[in-house]
Amino acid sequence: MEKKNRKGAVLFSDYKKGEGIKKAITLSREDILFEIRESKLKGRGGAGFPTATKWTLVSAASSEEKYVICNADEGEPGTFKDRVLLLEYPELVFDGMVIAGYVLGARTGILYLRGEYDYMKKSLEDYLETMRKENLLGKNILGKKGFDFDVVIRMGSGAYVCGEETALIESLEGNRGEARNRPPFPVTTGFLGKPTTVNNVETLASVAHIVIKGGAWFRKYGTDKSTGSKLFSVSGDCENPGVYELPWGTIISELLKLVGANNTKAVQIGGASGVCIPKSQFERTLAYEDMATGGSIIIFNESRNMLQVLKNFMEFFVEESCGQCTPCRIGNVKLLEGIEMIEKSEFTFSYINQLKELGRSMQVTSKCGLGQSSPNSFISILENFKEEIFNGNGGNNGK
Amino acid sequence: MLVLEKNAMTAEIEKLVEKFSNNRSALLPILQEIQKKHKHIPDYAQQEIARLLDIHPVEVYSVISFYSFLNTQPKGRNIVRLCQTITCDMAGKQAVAKAIERELGIKFGETTKDNKFTLEYVNCLGMCDQGPALLINERVYPKVNPEKAVQILGEVK
Repeated sequence: MEKKNRKGAVLFSDYKKGEGIKKAITLSREDILFEIRESKLKGRGGAGFPTATKWTLVSAASSEEKYVICNADEGEPGTFKDRVLLLEYPELVFDGMVIAGYVLGARTGILYLRGEYDYMKKSLEDYLETMRKENLLGKNILGKKGFDFDVVIRMGSGAYVCGEETALIESLEGNRGEARNRPPFPVTTGFLGKPTTVNNVETLASVAHIVIKGGAWFRKYGTDKSTGSKLFSVSGDCENPGVYELPWGTIISELLKLVGANNTKAVQIGGASGVCIPKSQFERTLAYEDMATGGSIIIFNESRNMLQVLKNFMEFFVEESCGQCTPCRIGNVKLLEGIEMIEKSEFTFSYINQLKELGRSMQVTSKCGLGQSSPNSFISILENFKEEIFNGNGGNNGK
Repeated sequence: MLVLEKNAMTAEIEKLVEKFSNNRSALLPILQEIQKKHKHIPDYAQQEIARLLDIHPVEVYSVISFYSFLNTQPKGRNIVRLCQTITCDMAGKQAVAKAIERELGIKFGETTKDNKFTLEYVNCLGMCDQGPALLINERVYPKVNPEKAVQILGEVK
């Protein structure tokens, strides 16, 4: 799909480069924060923390140096919305960063781009250069005295865990990307110990629209608790994979119809760290209050072996676990071994049940989101597809 | 490493330190530049980076060992990475992998004898709507099939 063919109510609606910045500098910081609070915008990376709360904390922190970090380390399997936003809508993302800089009193913005997206770096650098020429970046932006802001791009180097905000900050500081203990939170003690906001690419892009059109406009879309719209990265067994902008509250079966998915057996919501649901739950809604997601939707049709799907996910987590905390480092390996036992039909149900218990322990004892969410697919796939998985045939639908 | 090579490496790192600063936070960008140019970060470079950033060489090594795109052992001139994550897997990654292995006569994780290619698997490249995806050095190739993959490799110098 090309940019001109993309349609959407919020993010893919009309927007001119620099528009949000022009409007923002005529408003006070409090007014912008008010609009964002009104919009009830929540973090689009998946965790769903209210953006206004995060920004209020950073703007209230007294420090000469503050940082705005845009988290473009999208490594979740099945997620590619940030790729589309950065390639086709850089104006939204960077304007959002400049607005954040204005509201928070930060002078430096950092775009943390995943290493796999190195091919975008050149065009993004060029784009930033045109912004500097048009005084949308740099000193006294658009003539606003004392409003200095610039953006640098920093690359990741192939580590999924760096999408976690404290691990990302560690990586920026030149360390291994291992998550920090929280508190203290980045809003007070972030990059180089300074107050820092880490926001998802899509969150910042939403901010640019909210500044122009207001919080009440944004709230018109979506549900009461999940306002606005969301980009869904749809992949797997369907006719039209790609990025779709849909309001929160969309029912999963509607989405499946829209993307041309036939003969669907299962849908993985939220990528490898999300949950996998069977047909009986296709009437659930995509929203923070029901199925919260960072936007990854992977569709499986009847021909797929769910045990192999699960194995692929667990292999991913075993590789990507940073190894810092024991539940995640060892737990994921144990879960994968359990899957291999089922594959060879050398399992006992009591052991598999113990592994599910282990998964639940990992969810509460792991240090960061990786280990807390990696058992989700293990537990949900083994629960929801037990008939076909425990058929004594290694999960091969009787074939 | 020859003395001349060492001197050249030191000069290169000094230039990078000048560009990115000698703060610890400059470590990753410096390592990435060295990696891009030399396809690995040799022991001597690690020591020099540590000296110029005033940290222990072990710190440098620990960072390199953490990131999957950084390595201390030499690799081929071109690093070929095939996405192994679920949607690329469903879209026929296995057939592409087999075709590449047969064509180059090596397995994934190995380097060809002429040092031209290193084959690796990689986790999600963010091309799930256009899989299977192949990443050669910094460039990404969507929707490859066995034939196309081999043809792409043939065009790489």
